[in-house]
Amino acid sequence: MMRVLMDAIIDLLQQNALMPRADMARLLDMELAEVESAIAKLEAEGIVLGYQAIINREKWDTEKVTAIIEVKITPERDGGFDRIAARIAKFEEVQSCYLVSGGYDLLIIVEAANLRNAAAFVAQKLSTIGAVQATATHFRLKTYKENGAFHQLDSAPERLPVSP
Amino acid sequence: MNLRVANHVRDIPRSGIRDFFEVVQTMDDVISLGIGEPDFATPWHIREAAIFALEKGRTGYTSNLGLPGLRRSISDYVHKKFGLRYEPLSEILVSVGVSEAIDLALRALLNPGDEVLYHEPCYVSYAPSITLAGGVARAIETHAEDAFSLRVDALKKAVTPRTKVLMLNFPTNPTGATMTAAQWEEIAAVCVRHDLIVLTDEIYSELTFDGGTHSTIATCPGMKERTVFLHGLSKAFAMTGWRIGYACAPAPLIEAMMKIHQYAILCAPIMGQDAAIEALERGEESVATMRREYERRRNFIVGALRDMGLECLKPKGSFYVFPKIHSSGLVSKEFSLRLLQEHKVAVVPGTAFGPSGEGHVRCSFATGLDQIKIAMERMAAFVGQNQIT
Repeated sequence: MMRVLMDAIIDLLQQNALMPRADMARLLDMELAEVESAIAKLEAEGIVLGYQAIINREKWDTEKVTAIIEVKITPERDGGFDRIAARIAKFEEVQSCYLVSGGYDLLIIVEAANLRNAAAFVAQKLSTIGAVQATATHFRLKTYKENGAFHQLDSAPERLPVSP
Repeated sequence: MNLRVANHVRDIPRSGIRDFFEVVQTMDDVISLGIGEPDFATPWHIREAAIFALEKGRTGYTSNLGLPGLRRSISDYVHKKFGLRYEPLSEILVSVGVSEAIDLALRALLNPGDEVLYHEPCYVSYAPSITLAGGVARAIETHAEDAFSLRVDALKKAVTPRTKVLMLNFPTNPTGATMTAAQWEEIAAVCVRHDLIVLTDEIYSELTFDGGTHSTIATCPGMKERTVFLHGLSKAFAMTGWRIGYACAPAPLIEAMMKIHQYAILCAPIMGQDAAIEALERGEESVATMRREYERRRNFIVGALRDMGLECLKPKGSFYVFPKIHSSGLVSKEFSLRLLQEHKVAVVPGTAFGPSGEGHVRCSFATGLDQIKIAMERMAAFVGQNQIT
């Protein structure tokens, strides 16, 4: 399938993964079967890794905490950063793990049931890994925008109901 | 008291859109496909630049012609997008939307009784603007069979010795019609032969679909010197409320238009002008994103209209579709009124854009997909009830 159509399907999935496939087909002037097989291909090839809901934590499970943690590590002679990063990423508290440029090496995002659990993860699991030199933990206080979604929605701007 | 309104104003009919607007306004829960402006708010980077300018205290008048910096941006933009080079300081005037620029150009050009040709169905202001400027408005009908493009033979037939100006708007509101470079060559040859001045309203030129490029008559041989190139930021940059348009034309004509503009308007608002600089210099990505969205909605709405059995061209530009509603056995106005009253969907009767719009309605897809979907379901129910067999 043409690259531009794949791009368009990915774009629609990123805007709203739940959009009915028939609507996608109509928007892109494609057959429903074409859209379905394109999405199946994206999933099979591991290009689309999954679909998730964006939750407003001020309205649900408000006790849950998110920590954004800077981690400085000593790279290994053979594995570089990859092996140690993979090891950290395997903890189920870790939602995201990125190798970044700048003053530290890994940026990880951790979700925990409460503050105590988050602190325990850092003190007992993360910091005790041999290659970890230092960590700096930032707790999320409030979310304004997440994965493109605003947590406080602006009301739609008013327009005249009919205009030339 | 007898308010003695001038005859030529009194005789101008009210816009058909206005009448329709008043009915819609009295109703709740209407989904409107009758809106001729983007549903997007102005891209944030443009709004933010305007806020920054306000914070710096940029709140005064500007040069009558507009900020020199904006005129330079316009000059570069028009060169890059259309391949036309206009001198920023003498050949560009910044106006309060394209509507004002059209009025200025007509008033600057017309002597009483001069004829102005325009293609129809068309934007609601053309004929009244011509009349108010003392001209004689003469419509050239365009037809669905020609995808509402302007036929050269129709133009030739319409030209008389009194014809001075030809007004153009492609992509067209309300039909979404476009013209190819080859079609323009033929039209341009007629304009040169009959020494016509062309006003071309290019307001939808960024909103062309299917990867097609927009072409303008102004680049045809012998045309730049006889063309007033009119454009603005309202549609492509979702900046309707900022009221910024511009005219590019030979210096003597800009000078003439400026005389009217300076006494009637003085200058376009500086806030809009500052925002326009940001839009023209750095707005390309935002325009591309909105265009992509419009194109997808167009596909959706054309598919849905055809599914309900309405003949509908797939427009190559603008954000309007102009389906035929003959199969309902209703005229445009009745179709629109009943669709509104019985199913709460507002579309604009084709006749609001001139008598040749009869048998059609204008549906705007400058509305979110969720709304369009519901509107199409309601409209399908209405059309299903009103099939003549």
